[in-house]
Amino acid sequence: MKAMALPRFWAFVVPIVSVIVALLIASIVIIMIGKDPIQAYEILFKGAFGSSSAIANTIVKTTPLILTGLAVGFGFRAGVFNIGAEGQMIMGALMATLVAINLGEVPPFLAISLVMLTGMLAGAGWAAIAGYLKAKTGAHEVVTTIMLNWIATYLSSYMVQVPLAVGSGTPKSPEIASSAKLPVLMTVGAINMSAGIIISVIAAILLYILLEKTTMGYEVKAAGFNPYAAEYGGISISKNITLTMAISGALAGLAGVVELMGVHYRFLGTLSGGKGFDGISIALIGQNNPIGIIFAALLMGALRTGSNEMQFAGIPKHIVMIVQGIVIFLVAADRIVRTSMAVMNEKKTAIDETRKFLKRASISGGLAVAFWFLSSEKVWNWTGGISSHIAKTFWILALIMLLTVMIVVALYVISAIISAFMAFRYKRVKE
Amino acid sequence: MEKEYAVVMKGIVKRFPGVLANDHVDLHVKKGEIHAVVGENGAGKTTLMNQLYGLLHPDEGEIYIFGKKVNFRGPRDAIENGIGMVHQHFMLVDNLTVAENVVLGSESKKWGFMFDLSSAKKVVKELSEKYGLYVDVDAKIEDIPVGMQQRVEILKTLYRGAEILIFDEPTAVLTPQETEELFEVMRRLKEAGKTMIFISHKLNEVMEISDNITVMRLGKVTANLVTSETNPREIARAMVGRDVVLRVEKSAHKPKEVVFEVENLWVKDNRGLDAVKGISFNVRAGEIVGIAGVAGNGQTELVEAISGLRKVEKGSIRLLGNDVTNLDPRKLRDMRLSHIPEDRLKHGLIVQYPAYYNLILGQHWWRPFSNNGFLDHNAIYENAKDLFEKFDIRPRNWRMLGGNFSGGNQQKIVVARELNAKPKFIVVAQPTRGLDVGAIEFIHKTLLKLRKEDVAILLISMELEEIFSLSDRILVMYEGEIMGQVRPEETTVEEVGLMMAGKKLEEVRA
Repeated sequence: MKAMALPRFWAFVVPIVSVIVALLIASIVIIMIGKDPIQAYEILFKGAFGSSSAIANTIVKTTPLILTGLAVGFGFRAGVFNIGAEGQMIMGALMATLVAINLGEVPPFLAISLVMLTGMLAGAGWAAIAGYLKAKTGAHEVVTTIMLNWIATYLSSYMVQVPLAVGSGTPKSPEIASSAKLPVLMTVGAINMSAGIIISVIAAILLYILLEKTTMGYEVKAAGFNPYAAEYGGISISKNITLTMAISGALAGLAGVVELMGVHYRFLGTLSGGKGFDGISIALIGQNNPIGIIFAALLMGALRTGSNEMQFAGIPKHIVMIVQGIVIFLVAADRIVRTSMAVMNEKKTAIDETRKFLKRASISGGLAVAFWFLSSEKVWNWTGGISSHIAKTFWILALIMLLTVMIVVALYVISAIISAFMAFRYKRVKE
Repeated sequence: MEKEYAVVMKGIVKRFPGVLANDHVDLHVKKGEIHAVVGENGAGKTTLMNQLYGLLHPDEGEIYIFGKKVNFRGPRDAIENGIGMVHQHFMLVDNLTVAENVVLGSESKKWGFMFDLSSAKKVVKELSEKYGLYVDVDAKIEDIPVGMQQRVEILKTLYRGAEILIFDEPTAVLTPQETEELFEVMRRLKEAGKTMIFISHKLNEVMEISDNITVMRLGKVTANLVTSETNPREIARAMVGRDVVLRVEKSAHKPKEVVFEVENLWVKDNRGLDAVKGISFNVRAGEIVGIAGVAGNGQTELVEAISGLRKVEKGSIRLLGNDVTNLDPRKLRDMRLSHIPEDRLKHGLIVQYPAYYNLILGQHWWRPFSNNGFLDHNAIYENAKDLFEKFDIRPRNWRMLGGNFSGGNQQKIVVARELNAKPKFIVVAQPTRGLDVGAIEFIHKTLLKLRKEDVAILLISMELEEIFSLSDRILVMYEGEIMGQVRPEETTVEEVGLMMAGKKLEEVRA
């Protein structure tokens, strides 16, 4: 069954609906831990956007995420799964550090350009290794980039602990030359918001132009869609894979550079901190569209910033991990939903599906209620009490069942919305 | 309901967004007959059959099987009612044996859970003997020829108790000999009382095998004919809605200088075995050289080597006097080589790209489409509008994705693009595979027009009729070698057929 063709704006509807649904589902979890979801989200929102320092903080967190999102998203568009943005980010930052700590009195413009270029080249080179291996030997880039991630992690860890080590505590390199620091746009409290965000947004726009307006973008996408036809059409697949990986790696390297030159001013062992991996989720939520990726990164940045405030208010910040996970799940499920929709378009099947769905939902729901009931201490009073471990186990089972129900309901509701929408559109076509 | 009919479809309507695929279609298939359903690509034949097989649900209309009204919710329901479908693209598991494939999904079990191979083999053997469907039950699917794979598909349907068999363009992948064998099987099945629906657009085959014919055009039935009382011309008219020239008229044309030359060419296939073994030939300007042969005798590898997609091991290729051996496709295209590929979905089109992007593939770095590395979208749109008009590509929506066009129109997109490159030399592989008479006529006329414009043309085709009616010279390929070169006016189909089977011209004429 073919997935249905949907209008262009659908690319935005799916992530937005997914976020709303994810927040709703997470609110149930918040209720279950005995907190008020409305209050929790209020704190989350205020923590991310409530004050100028909150906004600045969110933007600082968003900056590298845009770049890693672009790195992964660009690879996806070209049919390359660059899982190595993390390692490329580390290598970019590490090489940039080596240059930046040794710069003397150089005009800032020159210093910044030089350090940025070094970081991008290092990231590009690191990724191009995987690209070259794939093009020449067929080694899959998922495997090679993951291996390169580890090499980068341990190499950088050695570098900041031995040759570059300064001070005590967290392993760190010396501070970079002040000429290589990015200009600060705004200082709010303890937060310096650097020009990094401008670099990120420009990178996104340039990437959009590259993909949509240039001959190279045409070739990259063609190779991603159908390598056989691309080769037939005079597009060299091996050249394209290496090039795509290099561009992707350059973006990841740039992410490392903006962290270095705009936030920490020195190489830290924790500089990348999984931001390269976050790029995968961001590319997914942003539907591999450079502009969409900006918003997806903003969402992730805001969730990260706001969650710290939630933690202060006594609500575990891991709630946002649940939100994040569900968003990704729902966005990824988009295709499944569309396909099941194509089936459901047959009216009779729809009734059948509903019946099946209701059955499953009620069984899961029933189990959830039962487990919850069993987790309550009062139920066990007559036996002389129950160990808290058993109670907790039941409570977790109840939670799992409930989340299952919620996610299934969410998928179903989204299906129904799309189905109604398609029916409406179809009617118009007919008239 | 009348008992004499195996299948009655009444007033079937099926809509897809923006398309009326079946518009009140009636189909009556008598018990024990071979009923042909013919029509152009996109006429709605496959949609109709998918509804009969339960893959689609009709929006309106009723279906009766042996007089009983049915409402299929899926193929499983259809199978239960004795309907079997022999798909155009075989649904077989390559690394399982014939017997395993036949029983797959409804295996008999030992002790309730163990797969019972010996009884499966026995049943399959019995079935194949009963209907004269010769197969090797222990052979793996990947090792047996296409014709036998098709017999396995037929056995699968019979094993599931099919009384009504739907054949979806079954001869598209077969050699003339294999087609004859298939027809033999179909006749036997008919003797055994089975009812068959035969979907095709090859008129001579329809004339040979069917009892009755339903002709469809643009989603409607345009004619119900009795085979013994009609002729190909009448069927073609009902299919296309106008008179069709079934044989192209080829004017005399004197070929000029040699444009393309191949000398002692050796090429390996994907498994690393020699597929092309020391072939030499040339093509002159204004000449069509046809390569005949049964599929799988090195034609694919030859075409790929010529167009730069496969490595040449030994020998040389010259184009316009330059050595182009092992040049990449981009450089070859810059030298005005065009290529209409055998498999348009694999090589010819990017189905996720809109038509306007597909219409510049392989030329996208040329002016005016590309300007200093930037695409000129206005020029690209103008080009698309222009080619859609010139080549009558339907629907006239040049923003539609390549994958959403019908097979014939996809081929038109490929042909339009390749001719728009103003080739000096063009490799044309299987240009009319799976196309209807209207589209075939168009492509044949186009090739002859190119010939008149002094383009050198190399035509590779499994259709002997096509080779005979278009070529100035015919080369016959067998196991990677050329068996001989003949002129169509000085040879016969029998002579070429013998060479296709591996006899050298000298032996044939001796």
